[in-house]
Amino acid sequence: MHSFGYRANALLTFAVTILAFICAIASFSDKFSNQTPSAQIQILNINWFQKQPHGNDEVSLTLNVTADLQSLFTWNTKQVFAFVAAEYETSKNALNQVSLWDAIIPEKEHAKFWIQISNKYRFIDQGHNLRGKDFNLTLHWHVMPKTGKMFADKIVMSGYQLPNAYR
Amino acid sequence: MDWQGQKLAEQLMQILLLIAAVVAFVVGYATESFRTMMLIYAGGVVLTTLITIPNWPCFNRHPLKWLDPSEAEKYPKPEVVAVSSKKKSSKK
Repeated sequence: MHSFGYRANALLTFAVTILAFICAIASFSDKFSNQTPSAQIQILNINWFQKQPHGNDEVSLTLNVTADLQSLFTWNTKQVFAFVAAEYETSKNALNQVSLWDAIIPEKEHAKFWIQISNKYRFIDQGHNLRGKDFNLTLHWHVMPKTGKMFADKIVMSGYQLPNAYR
Repeated sequence: MDWQGQKLAEQLMQILLLIAAVVAFVVGYATESFRTMMLIYAGGVVLTTLITIPNWPCFNRHPLKWLDPSEAEKYPKPEVVAVSSKKKSSKK
């Protein structure tokens, strides 16, 4: 510690190292939170169901999404990214996942919501396999922390079916 | 700063930063506010900077004892004459 610069350098390095430790502990403290999210999705209406000029099926739905994701928020949460995906199986692919709607939830107060909306992103199949298809609607979420690892989880809701004929 | 002062300043810096970190984390966790934690820690870093970096008098209580000039004169440094004679010999 021979001069100002030497001491300032030592102090700054130590301060930043300790800051890294604080952030690691803050991220670790997330493990102790109790998380109980819930969600429900209802299909209110199938607006139309057609075969596109290229031969792919397309569906337009009106969804009613009710969810309570408040317990996912901790002091170390920056935002939660939630999206609804339709999942089904075809002869060509074992799993097809089509994202229908997503939202960024920045605060705990906005995490308990009810929204009625037609699908934000188009539900287009790779082919024409959707007639009479059984599918699951899954609500996925990614919890993005202020420091640390992002983790994701989902709720699967099954029992939805598309009509047998084009409308 | 003298040697004792440097050691004191270094120890003080480490302890103050650790205390600032612990206090910041505890208060932040209790109030569930990440921002509070960061602000308290930043305040702690600034405080530590003010205490340990400048040359405060308390760090100069054991000044170095330089040799007295009258002592140094008793043992004069040898004169540097050998260099010029060596140069002459190499030129030959």
